[in-house]
Amino acid sequence: MRRFVRNRAAVVSTLFLAVMLLLSLLAPFLSPYAYDVQDLATGAVFSNGAHWLGTDILGRDLFTRILYGGRVSFAVGICATFVSVVIGVSWGAVAGWIGGRTDAVMMRFVDIVYAFPFTIFVIILMVFFNRSLLLLFLAIGAVEWLTMARIVRGQVLALRKREFIEAAIGAGLSHPYIIVRHILPNIAGPVVVYATLTIPSVMLLEAFLSFLGLGVQPPASSWGILIREGAESMEAYPWLLLYPGILLSATLFSLNFIGDGLRDAVDPRSAKE
Amino acid sequence: MIKFLLRRIGFEMPLSLLTIITITFFLIRLAPGGPFSAEKNVAPEVLKELEKHYGLDKPLGVQYLRYLGQAVRGNLGPSLKYPGRDVSDLIREAFPVSLELGVYALLIALVLGITAGVLAASRAGTWCDYLVMSVSMAGICIPSFVLGPLLVLVFGLLLGWLPVAGWSSPLDRILPSITLGLVYTAYIARMMRGSMLEVLVQDFIKTARAKGLSEGTILFRHALRGALPPVVSFLGPAAAGLISGSFVIETIFSIPGLGRYFVAAAFNRDYAMILGTVAFYAVVIMVFNMLVDILLVALDPRLRSRRA
Repeated sequence: MRRFVRNRAAVVSTLFLAVMLLLSLLAPFLSPYAYDVQDLATGAVFSNGAHWLGTDILGRDLFTRILYGGRVSFAVGICATFVSVVIGVSWGAVAGWIGGRTDAVMMRFVDIVYAFPFTIFVIILMVFFNRSLLLLFLAIGAVEWLTMARIVRGQVLALRKREFIEAAIGAGLSHPYIIVRHILPNIAGPVVVYATLTIPSVMLLEAFLSFLGLGVQPPASSWGILIREGAESMEAYPWLLLYPGILLSATLFSLNFIGDGLRDAVDPRSAKE
Repeated sequence: MIKFLLRRIGFEMPLSLLTIITITFFLIRLAPGGPFSAEKNVAPEVLKELEKHYGLDKPLGVQYLRYLGQAVRGNLGPSLKYPGRDVSDLIREAFPVSLELGVYALLIALVLGITAGVLAASRAGTWCDYLVMSVSMAGICIPSFVLGPLLVLVFGLLLGWLPVAGWSSPLDRILPSITLGLVYTAYIARMMRGSMLEVLVQDFIKTARAKGLSEGTILFRHALRGALPPVVSFLGPAAAGLISGSFVIETIFSIPGLGRYFVAAAFNRDYAMILGTVAFYAVVIMVFNMLVDILLVALDPRLRSRRA
């Protein structure tokens, strides 16, 4: 913990993220505007006293839309990462624990999938099935678990040979019990670190899909949608692209810094690299 | 090595391809809605005729086997949304465009990324190192669909130096290639720096220094070869990422490439076009990964015995 606090970039990032999360969660109480109410008479205006970040071409308050978009983006980031952690940890733990041929086949599968542009499948899923948030979580989680599986497998392979695990096997404990009670707690560190680093890539994928029109559907708001709408009208109203773009980038920055900070704190050896 | 390649081409690649085609086929066919359901004014009789024409009225299993039979012979069937056009023709037309874009992006990423990474590693801890590391962090965190429109805004609309969309003149290539390649430039630079730092402390570098070789020769002739393998292995996932990236980039810049066709095909539920594109991408990726593996062995002779 002390090592993490000493990392100034990580601390600043944590503060920034905390503020963003809080603002997004409290959006309905903070903003006097609704995210989908249009005010065509106002049209698109630049930042001013009434609209801090201006309004979009339909006169909707951009600050409000960014906050509501943040709720979607963070929700996807957290839920989809959770899905990916569940799949990745189970896959990696089983492969590493059983070892041998099973391990070889399972990890070869990961290798093959790793090299394939699986956004293709997310796109197909999103087009062909109901574009619900739940599907979005599952689809994104289902393509982002590969690195987690690799990391967990490596850790489990190493742990398997330790005496306390052999003792547990010798004591006749069931294998699932050993994995849950003895293996998983010991790999929590790397899993948490990598999960933190998965959140930004998941949020990026959500924004990517929304940008293509495949994620969250308008008039709901997400950062990807805001960026697309901004890109469409950037010639006349560049702030519509700039504000959400800067915000998304800053959030991804922070998450990456926090992930790196956590990694260095959990595993000081890697800090030297 | 040859045994390894034969196993790849003869067994693993067809198996992966079959898996991918099968998953895609049933995924899109089991979903509700069809390619003609978007056009609301189609009379039921016409719809039936259309489905019969494209063989969509037969049982799913029959359609699947027939598709495989055709695909083996290189016939990917007619497109459902571009009447009279074959999927193979459309791919043949659109892929070279995407390929060109991808090659430029990859070249930018390799040349810039490797140079920046080597420079940062050789001057570790100086301002040059910090500059490379922070710029590359920014490159990773600024999504291409933010960067692309921003570059268009600045260089296309405000300064008027470069065209904002299209794919006809050489100038059209500049902005999309940079936008697509920049993320990978950033990744490669960071990776290169890391593996270069590991190589630079090894004995053979000390020997080279002791022989009085120039710094440039040491870095680019001796150290680079040892530091390249992680970057080369990254090329596989990078190629997959370039394909995903092309979906967005080709949309932003209105480039008539395969990525845009694929997204349109998905939106239109053009079954044949989706399947054909996915299968084609799968082959491209597998061939590319095999080339990467061959390159890795060429770079590191120690792998030769282990792989076979």
